[in-house]
Order: sequence, then structure tokens, then C-alpha cells
Amino acid sequence: MSHDEYQRHDARILTPSFIVLLTLTLIGLALIAVRFIKGIGAVSNMSDGYPWGIWITYDVATGTAIACGGYAMAILIYIRNRMHYHPMIRSAILTSMFGYGLAGFSVMVDVGRPWNAYNFFIPSKWQVNSAMFEVAVCVMAYTTVLLLEFLPAVLTTLEKTEWRTLQLLLDMLYARMGKERPEPIGDRLDKVKELAAWLKPRLDRVLIFIIVLGITLPTMHQSSLGSLLLIASTKLHPLWYTGFLPLLFLINCMFIGYSIAILESVISCYAFKRPFETKELSGMASIIPWLTVIWLTVVIGDLAWRGQLGAALSLDFYSRFFLLEFCLVAGGSLLMFSGKKRESIRWLFVSAVLIVLGGALYRFNVYLIGFNPGKGWHYFPALAELLITVGIVAFEILGYQVVVKILPVLPRLHTRQQLDAAAGHAAAEKE
Amino acid sequence: MEKASRRDFFKIIGATGATLLAGREAVASESHQPDNETIGMLYDATRCVGCKACMSACKRVNSDYGSLSYEQARFDPDGLWDAPQDLSGSTRTLIKLFKESDKQWSYIKYSCMHCQKPSCVSVCPVSAMTRDKVTGTVDYNKDTCIGCRYCQVACAFNIPKFQWNKAIPQIVKCDLCKNTNLLNKGITACAETCPTGAITFGKRKDLLAEANSRLNGNPGKYVNRIYGEKEVGGTNHLYLSGMEFNKLGLPVLKEAAPAEFSEKIQHTIYKGFIAPVALYSTLCFIALRNMKGNGGADEKQAGTSGPGEKHDEP
Repeated sequence: MSHDEYQRHDARILTPSFIVLLTLTLIGLALIAVRFIKGIGAVSNMSDGYPWGIWITYDVATGTAIACGGYAMAILIYIRNRMHYHPMIRSAILTSMFGYGLAGFSVMVDVGRPWNAYNFFIPSKWQVNSAMFEVAVCVMAYTTVLLLEFLPAVLTTLEKTEWRTLQLLLDMLYARMGKERPEPIGDRLDKVKELAAWLKPRLDRVLIFIIVLGITLPTMHQSSLGSLLLIASTKLHPLWYTGFLPLLFLINCMFIGYSIAILESVISCYAFKRPFETKELSGMASIIPWLTVIWLTVVIGDLAWRGQLGAALSLDFYSRFFLLEFCLVAGGSLLMFSGKKRESIRWLFVSAVLIVLGGALYRFNVYLIGFNPGKGWHYFPALAELLITVGIVAFEILGYQVVVKILPVLPRLHTRQQLDAAAGHAAAEKE
Repeated sequence: MEKASRRDFFKIIGATGATLLAGREAVASESHQPDNETIGMLYDATRCVGCKACMSACKRVNSDYGSLSYEQARFDPDGLWDAPQDLSGSTRTLIKLFKESDKQWSYIKYSCMHCQKPSCVSVCPVSAMTRDKVTGTVDYNKDTCIGCRYCQVACAFNIPKFQWNKAIPQIVKCDLCKNTNLLNKGITACAETCPTGAITFGKRKDLLAEANSRLNGNPGKYVNRIYGEKEVGGTNHLYLSGMEFNKLGLPVLKEAAPAEFSEKIQHTIYKGFIAPVALYSTLCFIALRNMKGNGGADEKQAGTSGPGEKHDEP
């Protein structure tokens, strides 16, 4: 793909938000250290009744759905042939990469015996009946695919780099140590540049096959995230326990993916003071309601078929959460059906937030809220447990912030004219 | 073009939905037959006197192999008694008293049910939970286990327990003394120790016969059924009781094993890995065709007129 579609965001890296996010990340890391020294019970409220807490529910089950922006964009661009969205994909892939990578990391924090994880690579230990096996292998594979998909951004930068920062650092170190400055470091690192230049066209040639793999794998494991709870027929509330769990999770991750791509674009344009990509976003938003309509239809049809509509409207504890999830998704979709509202960044933002919240609440409902292991068991995450999740999310945002300032990730602002037009849009938006 | 690609897109969703539906249809047809030659235990709640000798025997015999330990009670600063409140990361079996009134009460013993079609074995991603085909014993291997606790989520009886407060934790559950008492003496420690004969050890068919003869011999004494005979596809740990089983903490369960349904869906989607491969090839085909239509995938797209030319051009 053309690398001229992207540009680096030139701005300071050390901002106040950088410091805040770094602090949160460090607190999270410290608590993770406690978890490895004293056991999971020392930092979490998980119990034998609720063996999966907020780490699995948010970081893995919900976090990977929120990281489906790259997946949704790839379907849009390469399968539905909307190449004009291409400039937006790299930032979507970056968020996906952080989302999936850190989901994998938090699994390693959550599992009790992570040193045995090598068994996933030993065929005799494979247990193909287990949805967990499928999820684990697919998530590992997809994280690798995301890294490969992102590699062009790194290679382009390596090709052109002059190692200025590294040179400055070395100069400073040499000066400190009172040693004589050797030849410029860039000369010695020419091999790296050559390698990057050699690798890039070759990667470009096979990239489409990797990208398609990056569409296949999430289709598999996002549905399997739903299949994970199929075994809990006695514990998951009938409002959510259905054979359609895999299908519902798959569609759910798609509409969350598009919504999060919209949110990410709006937020980064706002934070980095770039013009909003209104035209692209409203085009993308026109897909979401169709997905949610299918999803809501399956949900209602399935409830009616199983005779659970009464339970859904009974207004008890479970029914309230169900209705909240349902209304958030339905409300957001209704807003997006209106062509006029889709032209407005503010309405786009609001409706995307509603849909992401509703879609995420669905996953919380399935993994935690609707999960009842029997009398006497209760779960609410401990502070330390929450702070570990917060730390991981903080690191995601931190990483995104830093990488877009180092590598060409954000869409290039093509010409002066386009920029002015976009600025006009943004100004109109604010009035 | 527009319509065609949208159709392709919905095809993916449609295909997944269809496979799922197919899975749903197929579930009812096949069901699991219990293997009665496997070994298990029969617990007769009407014979139990609550002496807890089985609990202490279990800990004595399995403490090293099973990573069990004593649990101190809050009222007991000197640690004189082992006082587990429930099955836990240090306790594999437990006697509890259920008291409805002064006349209506019963003891109950908890431990692994050794299901004929165990959910924990079905969900374990790395085969750390296994069911021995000959003995029917559901066993756990800590050297394989990654500690994901999916077995805990899956078990309808909430049997597998995790060691929450250890840096090197493991899952704890009954393995019928497979590597300890059964190996040395041919009987489980709890059954060997029980002074009142409340715990019987043997083949499932003999246990069922014994249970049925007790039911027939004393019709008024028992609730007229054997818990575990049919629940979740049959269990090798069977129960007789004078009180309703669900009052004693044994859940009301269907006869179909939950694992049959979930495996059916998983198998339907991933049968022979055909669906994922087909999906990948179809998507590759569509993506390559789209790339060709936009100026070719193989050529280096130098300059500003990238794949987005359709919309960038004025």
C-alpha cells in the first residue's frame, strides 16, 4: 500500500497526559508484581464461584471487541472494496495491536500457571473441544498478524531515519564519560536501513494475504469468545444463555469495531487538533445500524423462541441490565439511521459511544452480571484488581499517543485546500 | 459492484449463522451412554453420622500429592483443628450438615462427581483435565495446567477449586486417590475409613444395584431416586438421601451433559477445519479482485495516487 497516505503527528511526546498515563501504568505494574509474589487472591476478589473476574471480562472479552477496529476497517476496505477508507486503517490497526497485545498480557497475569502456557504449542496437549484453546491460539496468531500489518509503518521510518535521537543520546553519553566521539552511529547502522528497504517491497507483496488472515482470525475467535460460555448452561442466566452466543458475539464485535473506529478518529482528531474526517466517518456510520438491526433481531427472535421475553421485561436485576444493554444499542442505532445526524460529528460521537457501551455491557452481562454460580457467591472487583485493569488501559492509550508521534500512522492531510475544507467543517461543527 | 460486495459481506454472517443452526439441530439426536464398568462411590446420607473421618483420612493420605493443607478456624488461634468451611484449594472432600428443623436434618458429603461426560475435561484447553477411559476417574495434571480456571466456570457442581493465595497455585479436586490410597490399597481413603458404611466404593453397576436394593428395601427412608444416575449424563459419585437433594446443595440438573451441546456447536463450526479455510480462501478471492480493480496489488503504488484514487480525484 502507498505509504504516502500516512504521516507522523509532529508534537511533543512528554505531555501532562503522558505523565498521568505513565503513573497509572506504573501503579498497575506494581500491583501485578504483588499478584505474582503473593498470589491472585492478594489483589483480586475472584473466588471459586467467580473464577473469572474483571480481567477476563474487560481486558479479554470486552477489550478485544473494542480492539476490533482494525478488523472492521479491513472488512470495509478490502472485502467491501471501499479503498477511500484506506488512510484510516493504520491507526485502527495500531489500536487493535495494543488491544490484543495487552489482552494477551492480562491473560498471562490472570492465569495461575503461566509458565505452562507452552503447552499450546505441543500438539499432544491440544484440546480441540475447548473454545478456550481456539480463542488462545487465534488471539496469539492474530496479534502476530497485527504486528505484521503494522510493520510497514516501522519499515518506512527505518528506511528514512537518520538516527538523530540516538546520535544525540550517544553524544551526550560520550561527553559524560569524557571519551572521544566515534564516527556517526548512522553509518554503522546502514545495514538496518538496507534490510528495511529490502524487506518492505517483499512484505507489501504478501501483505494482502496477511490482511485477509487478519479478517479470518477475528471471525473465528470473536465467535468463540461467545462459545466459551456455552458450557455454563446452569450458571448463565437464560436471558443470555443461547446457542446463538457465538453468532451474537461475532456481530457484536463488528458493530463495536466500526463504532470504536469512529470514536478513535474523533478523539484523536480532537486531541491532536486535526480536522475531523466527517465524510469518511458518516459513511462508516451508515453500516452500523444494519449490523445492530441484525443483532437485535437475533436477540429478540431467540428470546421469543425460548419463551424468555417475559423474563426480559420482568424488571428484576437481570432484566434491568438486559434492557439497559438493549436500549443503549438500539438508541445509538436509531441515531445513526438518520442521515442528517450522521453528518454531525457530535451526533456521530454520541451514537458511537452509546453503541460501544451497549455492546460492551452485553459482554459484561454474559461474562459477569448474568453469571450466577449458585447461592452464597458474590463478586465485585477489588480496588487493586481494578487498578491493574486501569493500568493496562492507560498503557494502551499511552502507547497509541507515543507511537503516532514517532511513526507515520495518522491519515495524511493531503493538500492545503483539503485541510481548509476540513477546518471549515470543524468550525461549522462547533457552532 | 456495490450490491455484490454487500452481499459477500452478509454471506459471512449468514454462513456462520447457518452452521450454528445446524449444530443446534443435531444436538438432540446423539446422546451419551454411561459406562457402568467404571469405578465410583455411593454416599448414603442416611448412614452418615458426620464424624468427618473421611475428611481427615483424605487430607492425611493426599496432602503431599494433592497439595492439601489444614485450614485454621478463626476461633482457634492455636491451630488445633482442621476447620474447612467449604471445598477449597486445600480441601478435596467435605461433610456438611443441613438442618431444616430439630427433626429434619441430614449430613452431606461433597467431592468431585466424576462425571461420565465431564465439562471440565471438555473445556480444558491443554488437556490438563482428563477422564480415564477404563476407570472413569477424572484426573488433574498440574504440570500441564495453565491455571485458566475454565474448569471452574464449566463445572455445574462447582467442584474444582483454585489456590487463590499461593504464588504457585493449582486446581484441587478429588482424583479417587488414584495415586495414593487406591494405588496402595485398592480403595479410596474416605470409603476405607468410614465407620458406618455411608461411603461404598466399587464399580458403577454394583453401586447402582446396591443403591436400588436399599431404595426397594426401605421405601419410606429415602427420596426415591439415585442422584447422579442420570444427572448431566451420569456421574460416578452417586447419592442416596432422606431429604431432597437440592436442599443438600446438590443442584437440580438436566440429564443431558452440557459438554455435549457446546462441543456439538464447536465441532460443527470447525469440522475438519473446512469452514475457516473456506472463509479464508473466499475472502482472499474477494480481496484480490478488489485490489485488481483498484490498480493492482503487485505493483508498487508510488506517488500520491494510491488505492484511494476513486475518491481523491477531483
